[in-house]
Amino acid sequence: MYDFKYQKAASVADAAKVIGADGEAKLVAGGMTLIPTLKQRLAKPSALIDLGGIAELKGIRREGNAIVIGAMTKHVDVANSPEVKSAIPALAELASHIGDPAVRNRGTIGGSIANNDPAADYPSAVVALNATVITNKRKIAADDFFKALFETALGSDEIVTAVSFPIPEKAAYMKFPNPASRYAIVGTFVAKTGGNVRVGVTGAGPCVFRWKEAEAALGKSWNGDALKNLSVKADGLNSDIHASSEYRAHLIGVMARRAVAKAG
Amino acid sequence: MADTGIGAAVRRKEDFRFLTGKGNYVDDINRPNQAYAYILRSPHAHAMVGKIDTSKAKAAPGVIAVFTGEDIKVGGLPCGWVVKFKDGSPQHEPPHPVLAQGKVRHVGDPVAVVIADMKAQAKDAAELIEVDYQPLPAIPTMEAATKSGAPLLFENVPNNICYDWAIGDEAAVDAIIAKAAHVTKIEIVNNRLVANAMEPRAAIAEYDFGTGEHLLYTTSQNPHAIRLLMGAFVLQLPEHKLRVIAPDVGGGFGSKIFLYAEECILTWASAQVKRPIKWTAERGESFASDAQGRDHVTHAELALDKDGKFLALKVSTQANLGAYLSTFAPAVPTYLYATLLAGTYTTPAIYAEVKAIFTNTVPVDAYRGAGRPEACYVVERIVSKAAQELTIDPAELRRRNFIAKDAYPYQTPVALAYDSGDYFATLDMALKAADYAGFGLRREEAAKHGKLRGIGLASYIEACGVAPSAVAGALGARAGLYEMAEVRVHPTGSITMFTGTHSHGQSHETTFAQVISDRLGVPIENIDVVHGDTAKSAFGMGTYGSRSLPVGGSALVKALDKVVDKGKKIAAHLMEASEADIEFKNGAYTVAGTDKNVPFGAVAFAAYVPHNYPLETLEPGLDETAYYDPKNFTFPSGTHIAEVEIDRDTGEVKLVNLVAADDFGTIVNPMVVEGQVHGGLAQGVGQALLENAVYDAESGQLITGSLMDYCMPRADNLPSFTVGTHVTKCTHNPLGVKGCGEAGAIGAPAAVMNAVVDALNAVGVNDLTMPATPEKVWRAIHRRLAA
Ligand SMILES: Cc1cc2nc3c(=O)[nH]c(=O)nc-3n(C[C@H](O)[C@H](O)[C@H](O)COP(=O)(O)OP(=O)(O)OC[C@H]3O[C@@H](n4cnc5c(N)ncnc54)[C@H](O)[C@@H]3O)c2cc1C
Repeated sequence: MYDFKYQKAASVADAAKVIGADGEAKLVAGGMTLIPTLKQRLAKPSALIDLGGIAELKGIRREGNAIVIGAMTKHVDVANSPEVKSAIPALAELASHIGDPAVRNRGTIGGSIANNDPAADYPSAVVALNATVITNKRKIAADDFFKALFETALGSDEIVTAVSFPIPEKAAYMKFPNPASRYAIVGTFVAKTGGNVRVGVTGAGPCVFRWKEAEAALGKSWNGDALKNLSVKADGLNSDIHASSEYRAHLIGVMARRAVAKAG
Repeated sequence: MADTGIGAAVRRKEDFRFLTGKGNYVDDINRPNQAYAYILRSPHAHAMVGKIDTSKAKAAPGVIAVFTGEDIKVGGLPCGWVVKFKDGSPQHEPPHPVLAQGKVRHVGDPVAVVIADMKAQAKDAAELIEVDYQPLPAIPTMEAATKSGAPLLFENVPNNICYDWAIGDEAAVDAIIAKAAHVTKIEIVNNRLVANAMEPRAAIAEYDFGTGEHLLYTTSQNPHAIRLLMGAFVLQLPEHKLRVIAPDVGGGFGSKIFLYAEECILTWASAQVKRPIKWTAERGESFASDAQGRDHVTHAELALDKDGKFLALKVSTQANLGAYLSTFAPAVPTYLYATLLAGTYTTPAIYAEVKAIFTNTVPVDAYRGAGRPEACYVVERIVSKAAQELTIDPAELRRRNFIAKDAYPYQTPVALAYDSGDYFATLDMALKAADYAGFGLRREEAAKHGKLRGIGLASYIEACGVAPSAVAGALGARAGLYEMAEVRVHPTGSITMFTGTHSHGQSHETTFAQVISDRLGVPIENIDVVHGDTAKSAFGMGTYGSRSLPVGGSALVKALDKVVDKGKKIAAHLMEASEADIEFKNGAYTVAGTDKNVPFGAVAFAAYVPHNYPLETLEPGLDETAYYDPKNFTFPSGTHIAEVEIDRDTGEVKLVNLVAADDFGTIVNPMVVEGQVHGGLAQGVGQALLENAVYDAESGQLITGSLMDYCMPRADNLPSFTVGTHVTKCTHNPLGVKGCGEAGAIGAPAAVMNAVVDALNAVGVNDLTMPATPEKVWRAIHRRLAA
């Protein structure tokens, strides 16, 4: 780890000011991605601005037909939240399978989506539930938020403050974990909200994406069998020692069918 | 005394300190004025090393010194074993420098060391070292290394072949195979493994200018061997000026047997900089520098007669040794492997040849089981394949070929002579525990849910209790393999026992104390077992090859015999009786046929306060040392049975049951044995389903260089194990023990893979290589279904 300054932000505005002024400064949330990166000397920020002391970024609340989760809410709190469990049980379950207990007790939803790791779980839920990412500057629709590998719509001095998830009629997440890291090799989140079906796929590609053919088929008939004759092209999907693109393409279908069955 | 003696499930004495965080590991130790070392390692798999400019690093904050191969003019790391080519010429033994001398041969090869006041300073400064690397083509695979015209790792090692060794009569075996009613053939890849002990390697070296004594704390399974190898071969330091301490060690699995460059560099450098120096590996360094395990490619053929009797076995193996010869490396794929190819069977003719190959990868050496898991895997996979081809039940085929219960001692065609065993008993025990008879129903039930279910057996044998020194010497070992024990009875009758073995998870402090408690009738709280310090234990060869109890425990029994015998003389004097009439039992000396007795404690006291004592004929004190050189190897054996269920859609293999029925001879502590078996099974399952060290074929980079990609088994990968033991005693050591540390890792991989292949038979697949990862299994199913 290289030397850096550490600063605990008092407010979102305070944090935004620092990162706006110093392009080399970085926000730190749970640190579950950032700290290992620093330890391996893969990043050399001038300063870490800790969001951990900002009360307004924490917590889960119901707002009308949506569940709003503060950016600094830890995975374990989403997994155990009575509100999430009753309104969007699929989201609570997703959170309960992220990493291991240590990771779930530090990692945050804001950190996860801001980082946009191609194998992270949350992005699939954000996309499939058509959530809105709320920042210190604006509201960003899910479809506009995740741009590319480790890339989001966030500006350099923009901070995720919360994510608002519309409550679906049906939803489920099926994850095929990498046996070593337990990140998603493929994770498929299916959701039916206000009659609309969305299918978010993570792990398979360089960035979370929607499987639109599946959405159309499930829109006509909410049944795993509706996906039987669909397949995803392997071109452009990730390929590594754990799973080739062809295998990932196949798993997307399997996980989607299972997710639909699980959603009931 | 039965409650703390042999056979009792005594709670581990060492657990209090481990469970309360009071363990004392190398990294817990800090010496006054200690500096820190950081090792700069090669980022290239194969490169010439030109100029190394350390000037900027030397000027960096906190830096005390920077050394390269130019500075450290010491001997290379020695190899402890010589294996011969088929023509009798010795193996190639290229130099193994502690810091690169003009060339690097694997990613992680040490190039320079930075010593600084703080660890972070050392690491910062290392980035300032400029190394002029001229990369060479990397040859990380055996295939690439043996291609004609392949680049050479060492100029004088033609074709990168360390040795090409054989055992048995090839022509005789070929003749049998040519005429046999049936021949089963198999191609086997025994995947490379990374030991991944919980505690990474670490060392602290300190030099005392007053006495000229070097002190090395290190994470070692055998501190005396480290002292001998490092002192005599690398640094030219005499034993009396070199003390090696291996305190609590957090797992070794073989990877901490060997002498490593860092131990030598630190010991040498601490005298140069006149400060104690500490080094602790990061996990990434463990991946890049701890000796790895396995990595064989094998073709085997088993000849059977029409009734399924084994007639001959022919095995041809290539063994990847990595970039250098590690301490025991040559012995692992030869004398610890090919000599086990008879397995538990009467196969009358066996021929095996082994080509050992240098590649641009981390050196390979003994890893839990060391050669024996590889042998078991060949034999047990080919036997199950033969059973499938001949449609004979795999348990029945094994029974037909097992060595009979009354055939011991049994001389195999591959050098070893088994002293005892009952393979039928452990097979039956395992079949029963696994409800083998009910498997058909479970398979049908699984099929209803679209799952493929399979069951697999492995009836393994291993050679443990290494080793008779004369035999080992004749086979090329450069060391003896006896063990030492000292029993120091204190004046008040409490006992400190010193062993040359080392416990890094094996529970010696409990097991050895139980043997003493059993024999002397002393409460176990009054006994301490000391290990891991060359200044305390007189000598020792350390812990590996399940040798501690068979060899170290036998030395202990001999020392206890001496204590008891000396005590008899004292007791005879105290009771004014003839020595011949003295008996020792239940912790007291009695005069036979009378009620006269003196407790052991009183005898100990008399030995140290010899007021009424036969001083003319007997020395005071009660402190006895014994060395024990085993007469033979010990031969633990047993049957492991695995049951798996495969998800056809994803290829995921779920291990639903794992049974181990083992014969370890006498059991001193059944709870400790169970723990050893559990750990071994978990590692065996890891090899079969999860673990694989993968090097990039082009660059030679270790792709699975972290725990994010190298998949260690975790609790949720494992079912609740069913384990049991059946005892046939070892006939040639005093306790009748055989050793239990490696069995799990030996039997389980073959059992699990036989189960996987059995499940896949339903879709026409009859072979698969380890690890059976989801995609590999899915592809196997898919290919068959598509065809
Ligand atoms: C061993 C291990 C296993 C894991 N397994 C999984 C898994 O199975 N599934 C999964 O999805 N994830 C997994 N993770 C990732 C983990 O869940 C975290 O979500 C992730 O590390 C990021 O969250 P964090 O709070 O730790 O963010 P940090 O590491 O603190 O930050 C990550 C990045 O996001 C930025 N950032 C943080 N908060 C904000 C914000 N509010 N606004 C803008 N930018 C911000 C930071 O500047 C940084 O660039 C794993 C991590 C580890 C270490």
